[in-house]
Amino acid sequence: MIEVRKLVKRFGLKSVLRGLDFTVQPGEFVALLGPNGAGKTTFLRILASLSRPSLGEVRVAGYFLPKQAAEVRARLGVVSHMPLLYPDLTAEENLRFYARMYGLAEQSARVTEVLEMVGLEKRRSDLVRTFSRGMQQRLAIGRAVIHDPEVMLFDEPYTGLDQDASEMLDEVLKSVAARGRTVVMTSHDLARAEDLATRFDILSRGVIAASTTQAALQDTNLLAYYKQALAD
Amino acid sequence: MTDKKSHPSLLGATLAIVQKDLAAEFRSRELFSAMLVFSLLVIIIFNFALELDIEVRRTVAAGVLWTTFAFAGTLGLNRSMAVEKDRGCMDGLLLAPVDRSAIFFGKAISNLVFMLVVEAIVLPVYAVLYNEMRIFQPAFLGVVLLGSIGYIGVGTLLSTMSVQTRMREVLLPILLFPITIPVLLAAVKASGGLIAGADLSEVMTPVTLLIFYDVVFTALPYMIFDSVVEE
Repeated sequence: MIEVRKLVKRFGLKSVLRGLDFTVQPGEFVALLGPNGAGKTTFLRILASLSRPSLGEVRVAGYFLPKQAAEVRARLGVVSHMPLLYPDLTAEENLRFYARMYGLAEQSARVTEVLEMVGLEKRRSDLVRTFSRGMQQRLAIGRAVIHDPEVMLFDEPYTGLDQDASEMLDEVLKSVAARGRTVVMTSHDLARAEDLATRFDILSRGVIAASTTQAALQDTNLLAYYKQALAD
Repeated sequence: MTDKKSHPSLLGATLAIVQKDLAAEFRSRELFSAMLVFSLLVIIIFNFALELDIEVRRTVAAGVLWTTFAFAGTLGLNRSMAVEKDRGCMDGLLLAPVDRSAIFFGKAISNLVFMLVVEAIVLPVYAVLYNEMRIFQPAFLGVVLLGSIGYIGVGTLLSTMSVQTRMREVLLPILLFPITIPVLLAAVKASGGLIAGADLSEVMTPVTLLIFYDVVFTALPYMIFDSVVEE
């Protein structure tokens, strides 16, 4: 579903990604871990077609980036630590706007379906600026799945959420993944990543330094594996 | 399930952005209030500064109006794009499978609507304070429209660039005013001529320049906007 070969991203003279290889199979939930400045967000922005690779080959859902970016964007949902929502519009108006931007045919039915999925159907007519951070993040996930994407990218979705909101987000994330979508998530929350993901890739110094699966972690925990990978 | 692979048309996406901007502004009135209050203050300050010298007033009338519109327009342009940037909404727009020039056209049309509404309120106030009723002739209103289109066209393009910097509030006027000198000069020349009693045929040179400028700064963003928003 996602294939990345020898990806290089430079900002001026500084190389952030240095020949990164990365493959994700359909239906996999990959947690992309790594220290600050490792290039996780830059990598996700390239996968999301928001940033152009300097060198290398990137293919998402069978389409090449950046040449077939519109086809990729039609099959991609992105959630970041920012909600990408308009505070002076209601929850329903926000979703309806994005439904129009994705060219959906049956907008009303889809908007209602998504509001129910993220548990905000009773707040559909409330302005987003009156929502708590957790509610905004749930609506942000609703925005990202409005067009029923095949691939989901989550960039630090738990940033700024309290314990209750994080648990609620866990449930929404699980339901998103349970629909067979391919998911890539960056996170510093190793416990949550361990609970949600089926594979763990550690990005360090611009390359994938280590990779393991949930099944392979039976004897150890993710924190120990992460520390060992960064130490190597 | 809905048709997830369809792509909206350029017109459909443009209209969606315009409607979204108008709905949000109708609720908050942040952008509109700032532009309107600023415009009225400038008009009133000039009214006191110019006192009752009718000859001087008539000579500088077009300059006063376009100074007001230009500064108010800059306020609106900054605010309009900051709303998209501050909560990551620009990324939301860029992630949609649409021709990215739809984002430019949507934002430009919204900005133009805000500017025209402000102008529609400022012009009658100006007419009363300065006792100048010639500004309601169709030719004059046409010049105001052409000047506003040119100013907002280039302003929307430049605000998309400047909003991505830390100095956006300062950078936009620095970039905008040198590039809009042709449109502002032509607008002042044409409006000044019409206020002085000239026919439209007598001010066709600046009006032609305005039309040319509007065409260029409508076509240019269509070709380069993708590169402007790309990292």
